Amino acid sequence: MMNETIALIFIIIGITFDLFGCIGLIRLPDVYNRLQASTKCVTLGTCGILLGVLIRFGFTAAGAKALLCIIFLLLTSPVAAHALARGAHKSGIKLWEKSVCDKYEEDK
Amino acid sequence: MKFLRWLLGFVTLSALIIFIFAFLPVNTPTKLMLYLLICFLLSLYRILRGPTAADRSVATDIVGILIIGFCAILAVYTKKDWYIDIAIAWALQSFIGTLALAKFLEGRNFDE
Repeated sequence: MMNETIALIFIIIGITFDLFGCIGLIRLPDVYNRLQASTKCVTLGTCGILLGVLIRFGFTAAGAKALLCIIFLLLTSPVAAHALARGAHKSGIKLWEKSVCDKYEEDK
Repeated sequence: MKFLRWLLGFVTLSALIIFIFAFLPVNTPTKLMLYLLICFLLSLYRILRGPTAADRSVATDIVGILIIGFCAILAVYTKKDWYIDIAIAWALQSFIGTLALAKFLEGRNFDE
């Protein structure tokens, strides 16, 4: 019973982060800002949901698979976000006009 | 005008969240899945409206990560652990698809 309550709390925290990330995807003005807000937020939220699964099942087969999924997601999601930002910059998408600096353009 | 749009979106979203939390007569896992459905609809709006191709790629990546969470909630509340296998497979496919889209945006070939 205690396990289920803690798992439910973690799942609710995760869904809240998911919702904030998707609101950022709607609200922010630029593809880079959207990438920054949504990818980090949604990754953390989904990892929270999977942590709830881990607490709910304990260290059984399902819990171990949830832990594997958390590690995989935490390793690969920043790589995917970085590749998308690089691709967007190289394909010539302009920054928002109120952005203050563009280090990637200076380094080229 | 901008403030009016902000206020309209805020009121609609918070009314939807409070309605699902307090007044909808369904059980808890259905409520959680309805919240995730709101996330899906928001990213679907960005896929439909996005000005450039990079926006659509970002939103598609987000949808892939949200489906993993959906499978995790299904695994908790149906007590069938093969839903987590689906989540792992979906994470792999989503990662490879996003990398391919990023390379395609960059204007390179796939074999470089």
